[in-house]
Amino acid sequence: MRVEALVKKRKYNVIFFAVLLILTLTSIVLTEFDAAKGITSIPRAIRWATSNFYPDIKSLEKIPRIWIKLRETIFLSIAATTMAAICAAFLALLGSKTTRVNRLLGAASRGISSIFRNIPLTAWALILLLSFGQSSLTGFFALFFFNFGFLARAFVDTIDEVSSDGVEALQAAGATYFQIIFQAVIPTCLPQMISWILFMIETNIRSATLIGILTGTGIGFIFELYYKSFQYHVASLVVIFIIISVLVIEFISNYVRRVIL
Amino acid sequence: MNYLDSLEALRTQFPSYKSGVTLHNYSIKKVTKASIVMRITLLSLVILTVYGFYTFDYKDIRIIDAITQALTTFKTMFTQPRFNHFNFGQGVYQVAVTLGLTFLTTLIGAFIALFLGLFAAQNLSSTVVSNAIKSFVAVIRAIDTVLWVLIFAVAAGLGSVAAVIGMTFHTIGYLIKAYSESFEELDPGVIEALRGSGANWWQIVFQAVIPSSATSLLSWTFMRFEINYAVAVAMGAAAGAGGIGFELFMAGNHYYDLREVGLITYFILSVAIVLELVSIRLKLRLNTH
Repeated sequence: MRVEALVKKRKYNVIFFAVLLILTLTSIVLTEFDAAKGITSIPRAIRWATSNFYPDIKSLEKIPRIWIKLRETIFLSIAATTMAAICAAFLALLGSKTTRVNRLLGAASRGISSIFRNIPLTAWALILLLSFGQSSLTGFFALFFFNFGFLARAFVDTIDEVSSDGVEALQAAGATYFQIIFQAVIPTCLPQMISWILFMIETNIRSATLIGILTGTGIGFIFELYYKSFQYHVASLVVIFIIISVLVIEFISNYVRRVIL
Repeated sequence: MNYLDSLEALRTQFPSYKSGVTLHNYSIKKVTKASIVMRITLLSLVILTVYGFYTFDYKDIRIIDAITQALTTFKTMFTQPRFNHFNFGQGVYQVAVTLGLTFLTTLIGAFIALFLGLFAAQNLSSTVVSNAIKSFVAVIRAIDTVLWVLIFAVAAGLGSVAAVIGMTFHTIGYLIKAYSESFEELDPGVIEALRGSGANWWQIVFQAVIPSSATSLLSWTFMRFEINYAVAVAMGAAAGAGGIGFELFMAGNHYYDLREVGLITYFILSVAIVLELVSIRLKLRLNTH
């Protein structure tokens, strides 16, 4: 018996690795990935980065320009997240099992949030670029729509998880729907909702680089500007600014989380 | 980026996350430090948002007109999707290219991260090595994948090579953190018992550590696969990596073809939803084990 089980297990392993191998080879063919070129380009990239990709004295002059764009990106991330959180909270109230009005609306709300978060940011950015051009609004709405779908999902789970006991108790005591929402659901869920909002702000600043490159706005735009004009010293300074702002915001939100959670 | 693994990350970092707030917190209105910090946070978010709207660079866009225009655009895009520059078969092929890029980067990344993750796990490695790897990896993760791809593109040229390497790089950074945390959850008694019976490090790793955390590793790897799918779409659009993302970029930024943009979005969306459903399934199986 044991031997048979072992043979069976080995058979599964062989099949598993064979499938992996076939998928890998297919992927290499599909993407036209040149493995040799890939491996040799790593040391070349490191050598290039150590000799070109660092800020020099001259690049420091550009700090004011970088700072303006970075500030724009940070405000954009915060504004998009805050607005998305307000809208997502309403959608989540309709979608959560404990607070939904009826099953149909609940399913519809979950469906809407799934569509909004599963359309990648890239797609949102390119779709919105057609209407809003190279203004901050393109980035704002792209982040807004994606965050809206993501936060709605997070809020639904938070409400389901945290407030069902309190809601039942209040229902038994004869509280109205709005009393339940404002007295039980929102106060109990608020700390975790804030935690998610802060998390999204961090993520947005990272993603803003990509959106900026695609839509020509904010910190991504200024990186691409210097990158494409071969001013790598300045481009590296932009990268350092991004790292610092991400780490600072992470630090602040971790502090807030430690206190409120 | 994906929801489930963000949740996981929050939970490992803040154990109190799950417990939530108990009933008495709102029946007695007490001014605690937590409630003050919460109010300050919300207030500053509102102020920063209002100020943000005030300072945005609107160019010469009239907001009301642009929004009405956007709504008509959406309507055309999503109610009348149509092929123009390629057909259904080619569309599926481009999705396959994107998925190939996703698979390749996730697999190579997972393989390398598995080994480095062992050295980053505190219970299997020395504190110095573990901390060194973990802080290096934190810097890798602070930058968006697109920047890594563009940095590698200077050496390798724009295209699939730079995309694979840049994406793999970020994947490694992400998975080392996830894997090493899974390894650290292993019962210390097991390692001690094996060490006591004379097993060497590799035996401990292959007989105890990897088998017992296999489900968790698989689940993290799949979540990264999901993230990498969105990244692969982005790299097609922003870094010339081909696939459906490139088609989207061409349709949106080159041909200004609304109907094709709508169609491509449907392609991307349907794959993403399938991946999310699989991920939820995997997660459920993981939690019941």
